[in-house]
Amino acid sequence: MELNTNNKKFVIESLEKGYRTDGRGIYDYRNLIIECGPSFGNVQVQLGKTRVQAIVSCEIVRPFPDRSTEGFVNFNSEISGMSSLEFEATRFTDLEVYISTLLEKIIKTSRAIDTEALCIIVGEQVWSVRCDLHFLDFDGNFIDAAVIAAITSLKHFKRPEVTKDGEEVVVHSLTERAPVPLSIYHTPICVTFSYFEDGKCFVLDPNLLEEKFQAGSISIAVNSNGELCCINKAGGVALDSETIILCTMVASEKVMEINKIIKNALI
Amino acid sequence: MSRNELVNPEGLRVDGRRANELRKITCKSNVIDYADGSSYYEQGNTKVLVGVFGPRESKQRGVIQSTQVVFNVEFSMAPFSTGERRKRSKNDKRLLEIAAIVKQTFEPVILGNLFSRSQIDVFIHLLQQDGGMLEASINATCLALIDAGIPMIDYVCACAAGYTSGFPLLDLNLSEENSFETPNLTVAILPRSEKIALIQLKSKLSVDKLGDVLELAKVGCQFVHKKLDQTVKTSTADLINKIST
Repeated sequence: MELNTNNKKFVIESLEKGYRTDGRGIYDYRNLIIECGPSFGNVQVQLGKTRVQAIVSCEIVRPFPDRSTEGFVNFNSEISGMSSLEFEATRFTDLEVYISTLLEKIIKTSRAIDTEALCIIVGEQVWSVRCDLHFLDFDGNFIDAAVIAAITSLKHFKRPEVTKDGEEVVVHSLTERAPVPLSIYHTPICVTFSYFEDGKCFVLDPNLLEEKFQAGSISIAVNSNGELCCINKAGGVALDSETIILCTMVASEKVMEINKIIKNALI
Repeated sequence: MSRNELVNPEGLRVDGRRANELRKITCKSNVIDYADGSSYYEQGNTKVLVGVFGPRESKQRGVIQSTQVVFNVEFSMAPFSTGERRKRSKNDKRLLEIAAIVKQTFEPVILGNLFSRSQIDVFIHLLQQDGGMLEASINATCLALIDAGIPMIDYVCACAAGYTSGFPLLDLNLSEENSFETPNLTVAILPRSEKIALIQLKSKLSVDKLGDVLELAKVGCQFVHKKLDQTVKTSTADLINKIST
């Protein structure tokens, strides 16, 4: 990717006229394809050329003594070196940390997933659910793709059924008894906006070129009930509060569309 | 008052404040002798100490930038800052996140192009935690950077607001922050333009309520700004007095 002044001028001047470099409208999302399977909790999300794979797995562990009835949900993101030349395969980047903490805020803090339903024996055994995100191809907006992949894979995932035989816990294999899905209350989806110059121009779902020249970005997570689950903007040029409120309105409409795509993919 | 009720029927909160009341803010700049700028900031029972070093020559050759200053922020919590005495590792994810947020918030506000090839280090030390550590850290850092004489486009003032059973709450304390139902909105503004430099929302809030909560948080920020401005003016007047006598 060439980051030169001409490219920057081209991107920003065309935005001022209302055009984007890839021909989309200002508030258009790229083509979103979600593929589920073959195994439970294995989901691949393709947002334009950006590609993310999420894999959910689970194991039985001992809970923290002060939260003896709660199971664990963890997010791990790994940006592979093959996704873009920018990323070195061996180094742990800030973006990975940022994505995992944001996922935690969006899905755990907003209580989208019931952690108490993951308890098997209080204080002894709980399920620990782990969601691994692999970033395969990078064309901007990893965040939205990651959130869609994570929530879809959690919804798609089914854990083995367990029964208690006296004190003993029996884990049934997938062939023996029908596996159970995780209990998920709502579906938060994150929408990212990029803004340019002094916050005059806005675009939804930035691609790589736009992400490189942005003056800042704001990520807004909304669930299917129209509740905000997370807003995150730190750094970048300062914005008006009207703009932020406008963004939340646009986000809550976009989320409905994305929700439909997720629902169709899960059937 | 029931345990999960944050505002009682008389309209008072757990610590006796009204819904739109800030905690008492006490602040002071120039409190550490060896630092180029420093500040002590207290908001209710949350206490923060900040030291700023720089602009100075960068020690690591690798990070020098020829057009911009290198701005580093380190955040640490005293082991005695919370109810349970515990030493936190420097790589605790929560602490790193706060440091990253403070860094990102101040980077576009500082006129960094004036100090190319140098670096500014900010050390934030939380002495006591009673909710709102991010807001307190931002406000204290702002004061310390001013004390160090680092040019900025404006003050950065932060304040939090929440929402419970029908009305917005200003400046949440720890027990209010910890109750799962209250959304927590942290806002930092540049007071002159009233533009928002930082906005963070945790937990659920209905979309149409955002405007009200955001407005209240901004009012809180303006109040913090007045307080910080006063502190800067008194400390400068003090300095002038010392020089002229």
